[in-house]
Amino acid sequence: MERQTDNRPVKVEVRDLTKKFGDLLVLDNLNFTIKKNEFVCVVGPTGCGKTTFLNVLTRIHEPTEGDLYIDGQPADPGRHSISFVFQEPSAFPWLTVEENIAFGLKVKKLGKSEIRKRVEQIISLMGLERYRKSYPRELSVSVVQRVIIGRSFAMQPDLLLMDEPYGQMDVKVRFYLEDEVIRLWKELGSTVVFITHNIEEAVYLAERVIILTNKPATIKEEVFIDLPHPRDITDPKFIDYRNYITDKIKWW
Amino acid sequence: MSINQKDLEQGLSAYKKSRKKNLLRMVLLSAAGIAVFLLVWQLVVQFKLVNVRNLPAPTKVMETLIYKISNRNPDGNTLGTNIVASLQVALSGFFLALVIGIPLGLFMGWFTPVDKFVRPVFELLRPVPPIAWIPVVVVFVGIDLKAKATIIFLSVFVPCVINSYTGIKLTKRTLINVAKTFGAGNFETFVKVGIPSAMPMVFTGVRTALGGAWSTLVAAEMLAAKAGLGYMLQVGRNVARADIVVAGMVAISVLGALMALALGILEKRVLKWKLER
Repeated sequence: MERQTDNRPVKVEVRDLTKKFGDLLVLDNLNFTIKKNEFVCVVGPTGCGKTTFLNVLTRIHEPTEGDLYIDGQPADPGRHSISFVFQEPSAFPWLTVEENIAFGLKVKKLGKSEIRKRVEQIISLMGLERYRKSYPRELSVSVVQRVIIGRSFAMQPDLLLMDEPYGQMDVKVRFYLEDEVIRLWKELGSTVVFITHNIEEAVYLAERVIILTNKPATIKEEVFIDLPHPRDITDPKFIDYRNYITDKIKWW
Repeated sequence: MSINQKDLEQGLSAYKKSRKKNLLRMVLLSAAGIAVFLLVWQLVVQFKLVNVRNLPAPTKVMETLIYKISNRNPDGNTLGTNIVASLQVALSGFFLALVIGIPLGLFMGWFTPVDKFVRPVFELLRPVPPIAWIPVVVVFVGIDLKAKATIIFLSVFVPCVINSYTGIKLTKRTLINVAKTFGAGNFETFVKVGIPSAMPMVFTGVRTALGGAWSTLVAAEMLAAKAGLGYMLQVGRNVARADIVVAGMVAISVLGALMALALGILEKRVLKWKLER
């Protein structure tokens, strides 16, 4: 399934990316590019190395070989802004909602007025006004997860990585949050890599789905999802995409 | 189904009211506990279930306390002088230990070289009970306020270090990673993530330490004191005045409870993200 020409410039380039832990080869020579403002989902069987893949992209782990380039430069958390939404709850419990959203902006030492402006933008985009002074423990899991996602978008990152952020949500909340992520992505023009093992979620969100093989992970195939947002999960074309990707994951 | 804002607010105010009522009931219950305790004590003495010379009645203790407010007998100081003397010793030792112990524990818990350097010495000194230090302290520091404060310091220092250390060690990996992926360096992560995350454990340590400080006070005041609650207690024992001894105990317990209360209020402020609001 190919796609018509995409004129957006390349934002991220992954070249010959390999990661070994001792003798264990987890990522085997991955090569791909991500366009500016693109929304890419990465799917693969459980335990295929999806999280390792993200950890290498964010430099929590150093790659064994190859590298990740942002705007042609080797990725560097000091210079580039890479935001990460972790699978586990990662709101700072001692900070209020607005302080949580401002956290990364303060680390990047942005000016006070800029921080204020971005926090307000995220709060109003996500409808978090009522909760701005609340602490995470006073909020439901899904609201806290939204705060974390808002915190990442507030960074206006070069690259936003999300590792199964909705893994613990039920279906109804999930669809709601997925729509919200799409809205934020469109509004803020971020470049997003979203990891999930949920194929329906991938087809619902992504412009392009990267399918990984079993460990050691290589790219099995890239699928362009040529459907407008918001997508309808009952649309026959949607179902075709879903079944196609499911087959690709099942079949080797 | 729509949720009516007015109903919600009404529900909330009803809930708050019932909570307040419940709180009042709990306070009354606690007060009743103390009252029953005093009553039993009074009755035990009244009906001579124990030797009255050895155990004064609460009314007698109260009398002694009131008498001591303006009289210097038998220890040579009024109650106020004794309280000030003890507070001076206890607080100077206590705060010095907090100021040194908490940062030390935090640094040890976060920076491995600091840990490796300090830990062996700390582990060797840790099992020595504070009172066992008295002879050493007398030799090196003398017998004045500094010496007594040093004994208190030693008893407070250990729990402060241990709790700060453990608290910061328990910082969630994910939260550290969040700060790092945002580009924070190790020291910034320590300040912005490690320290706040350790605070609940630090407070637990301080609370344990506060108890330790008061219980060591009496021992510290054995060092040639001229005033202090512990000293008053000693004199009471020497002149066989049980009422003075018990009055001293009561004063120590009330002061200790007040300090614990103050600490509780501070904790509620600092850790408001953790506690029920």
